[in-house]
Amino acid sequence: MTLIYLIVILLAGGLLSLLAERRSPHAPRWVALITTCASLVVGLLFWIQHYPQIIQSPADHWLERFQVSWIPSFGISFHLAIDGLSLILLTLTSFMGILAVGCSWNEIQEKTGFYYFNLLWVLAGVAGVFMAMDLFMFYFFWEVMLIPMYFLISLWGSEKREYAAIKFFIFTQASGLLMFLAILGLYYIHGQNTGVYSFDYFDLLGSTLPPSLAFWLMLGFAIAFSVKLPLFPFHSWLPDAHGEAPTAGSLLLAGLLLKTGAYGLLRFVIPLFPDQAQAMAEPAMVLGVIGILYGAFLAFAQTDLKRLVAYTSVSHMGFVVLGIFAFNELALQGVVMQLVTHAISTGALFILAGMLKERLHTRNIDQMGGLWSRMPQLGTLGLVFALASLGLPGFGNFIAEFLILMGAFEESRWLTVVAALGLIFSALYSLRIVQKIFLGPQERYGELPDFTVRERWMMAALALSILWLGIYPQPIINTAKPAIVQLVKLMDIKPDTTSQHHYGP
Amino acid sequence: MAPNDFLALLPLLILSIAAVLVMMLIVANQSHRVIQMASLFLFLTSFLSLFLIPVTLPYAIAPLLLIDSFGVYMMALIVFSALVVNIISYVYFEGKEEGPKEYYVLLFLCTLGACILAVSQHFVSLFLGLEILTIGLYALIAYLRSRQRAIEAGIKYLILAAFSSAFLLFGMALIYVQTGSMSFSLIAHSLALETDLPALFLLGIGMMMVGIGFKLAIVPFHMWAADVYQGAPLPVTAFIATASKGGVLAVTFRFLTSIDGLRFHVLSASLVVLAMVSILLGNILALQQKNLKRLLAYSSIAHFGYLLVAFVPNSPLSLPAMSFYLSAYLISTLAAFGIMAVRSDGTEEAEELASYTSLFWQSPLQASILGLAMLSLAGIPLTVGFTGKFYLLAAAIQNNYWALALVLVLGSILGIYYYLRVINSLLKGGTTTGALPKTAFPYFLVLSLVMLSLLALFILGLGVFPESLIGYLKDLQMGGTTSVY
Repeated sequence: MTLIYLIVILLAGGLLSLLAERRSPHAPRWVALITTCASLVVGLLFWIQHYPQIIQSPADHWLERFQVSWIPSFGISFHLAIDGLSLILLTLTSFMGILAVGCSWNEIQEKTGFYYFNLLWVLAGVAGVFMAMDLFMFYFFWEVMLIPMYFLISLWGSEKREYAAIKFFIFTQASGLLMFLAILGLYYIHGQNTGVYSFDYFDLLGSTLPPSLAFWLMLGFAIAFSVKLPLFPFHSWLPDAHGEAPTAGSLLLAGLLLKTGAYGLLRFVIPLFPDQAQAMAEPAMVLGVIGILYGAFLAFAQTDLKRLVAYTSVSHMGFVVLGIFAFNELALQGVVMQLVTHAISTGALFILAGMLKERLHTRNIDQMGGLWSRMPQLGTLGLVFALASLGLPGFGNFIAEFLILMGAFEESRWLTVVAALGLIFSALYSLRIVQKIFLGPQERYGELPDFTVRERWMMAALALSILWLGIYPQPIINTAKPAIVQLVKLMDIKPDTTSQHHYGP
Repeated sequence: MAPNDFLALLPLLILSIAAVLVMMLIVANQSHRVIQMASLFLFLTSFLSLFLIPVTLPYAIAPLLLIDSFGVYMMALIVFSALVVNIISYVYFEGKEEGPKEYYVLLFLCTLGACILAVSQHFVSLFLGLEILTIGLYALIAYLRSRQRAIEAGIKYLILAAFSSAFLLFGMALIYVQTGSMSFSLIAHSLALETDLPALFLLGIGMMMVGIGFKLAIVPFHMWAADVYQGAPLPVTAFIATASKGGVLAVTFRFLTSIDGLRFHVLSASLVVLAMVSILLGNILALQQKNLKRLLAYSSIAHFGYLLVAFVPNSPLSLPAMSFYLSAYLISTLAAFGIMAVRSDGTEEAEELASYTSLFWQSPLQASILGLAMLSLAGIPLTVGFTGKFYLLAAAIQNNYWALALVLVLGSILGIYYYLRVINSLLKGGTTTGALPKTAFPYFLVLSLVMLSLLALFILGLGVFPESLIGYLKDLQMGGTTSVY
């Protein structure tokens, strides 16, 4: 039942904050804060309670399931299930949720009720995506997270918000509908083969598909997830959406929505289409590497701070794709770490960008410089997260990228060598951030307020968690392990059978 | 006629008697309010009588009509649409320059025509129903006769409808020449052994498709739609978009299914093409519209393209998928037009998109209903429109019509763009309460809003829990008894 609470808490909180605005324009933010904190507590309790079970790494890596019939005519059920991977991402969702409420605290002054409603419903949609085990329901939640996000960008964003919001929506919706077609195709092929018409993930796992069609179905899923991720040629919505969204919007986009793409690849594309994923591995890894370098290059060239951070996401997500399609335990552990650390470090950079915008009313880094002397605390934290983002040892990002590169090296040496160049570029753009914003002379601005108490707490939480992940990442690795072992096993069996088929006597 | 025939025809009889009754009320010089309440009551009675038909279905009234559960469901949709149109008409017509009383007589007649279409199984009753429907519509469209646009729209509809009726009649005549019968089941019988369509029959059915295409406003017979939608009074536009098109769609579906026409490749292929171009062109034309009536006109072209997608596979899923999507479309469209009608005043139609800016902050209820209707038309999950699209896609993919499914998806993507624009303008702008809500006719305004909220609840409820309706539609039967003539 915990699973359903996780979603219901967020949905109910959203409705409540819509109503709370009647009382006072400040009431919704309290409702939202309490809601997100409650969901974090529920998630953490669940984690602590199941941690002993996870450590034993049992054969069945699912920790809890919840299933009720929903539309039986089509074999659709309301089916939630959770394993270590989902649990990590769910906890991340609640954590990011609290931060999103925190950084909207003073930024959002009008239409607060509707704002927090959307924010909480995005979180509910993301939580649903991480738990849904029925493909119809998965698509359902996929959309539930999309529409409120659209409103967050189009109503509370900056100047070009409508353009950015529509672009974001059309990119993700178009690719989502392709995925929906693929889901339907899978449903019918499975039904015609077995006589069981079902959208259930566990029914569809291991269904035999005609190879030609399986490739197209896989592509339907893969495109949807690659757009969300975003993988190299599908990234063009990202800088616009990140740039124009309000701070919390960028935080949720970078911290959570991009993760749903990676999660989808891990949860659906690989287990449902192992052979096709194997065939796709080479091109996908190449695209990932291109993303790493291209994102870093473009990040270096940006003058708009939020767009800059957005392009660093493209670069970091390239590592994720590289790791996923390496199909070994090391790389996949790195991927999970990267998902968490990227959410924290990039999220922190977006929050910092939001704070700077609030104080200076610009996102243009050419108009900044020398701000360390005005705001030493903000400068210090800026340096910390810039260093985290470039992958300095001691921060979680280092562990993540190191694991990914180690794992990928076994698969494809040359690609890994090229990908490792990305680390140099990331040092370039990260240090450029620090230099352009915090160092150098400063005559433009007078007194600027440093962190408030609220901001200090938020940044402390982020800094501590990124340090913790850098120094003692074992709990995350342990938690993700059962699910990853399962994936690796799946990929190990499959290629062997095909190779026997080819080279056998 | 047997006594049972009258019982089976009860809903239709109530509608015809209602027209006479309202006429007598007009003669007795009753007020608009009385007439409105009376017609509301009569619509309700005929709607309820649909569920209480005291004979076993299917019941054939040979040779013209066949009352089966499909027909009853379609009649229910039509009468329900007319009921909603009736409710929103009071607020709309009160304060207009024309006396609104005769309007209700015509509304009953048009509804009757559409219902006859839904249960007809013979060319004669098809034509009869169609003419009752269209002749009433001529007058309804041009009802506000001092307005230039209304006259233009009325004339346009008159000419095109007469033109399309001519095509339809000639097509029927050709089919009659070929098969020697005008009843659907006998036509089916004479076609049963054919592997290819006879040339004369093909020509006939082609001409019929032209006529029907005009009534449904599918591409390439869509030219009239935007102008007529825009020129007609808002409740009438709502009626054309819902009840009138629904009736024609029902009879088309019945005809094509009962003659099993879609097993002929030439027919199914041409329907595929019609569906594809309607979806694409309808959505493309709607993209840049700034007038909400015209936007909905073009979007309804696309929606009837979607509905044709359900026809093509000619599978057990066709009927429930078509019925479900039609219901979804009717509910959403009625909600959208209802809000527009409620917001119109004595001189101006609330049709410009600009006049809806920041409505959400002035009147959250109205804006939420309109927004939900748009989301449902766009096919976003949680709304009934999504479940409908899912059903259509399922029908198409089950029979491997992948290209059709892809076009449907492409159309939906295009559609999202303009539906989102409407929602965007509802939400943007300040929170200051500018315009005062209309309070001239408080009771009927409240009644309209209650009805529209109910529609919004349907949109959400059937979107989240569609199983009850799906289960009901799966059991719908079409045909059954063959007539002797």
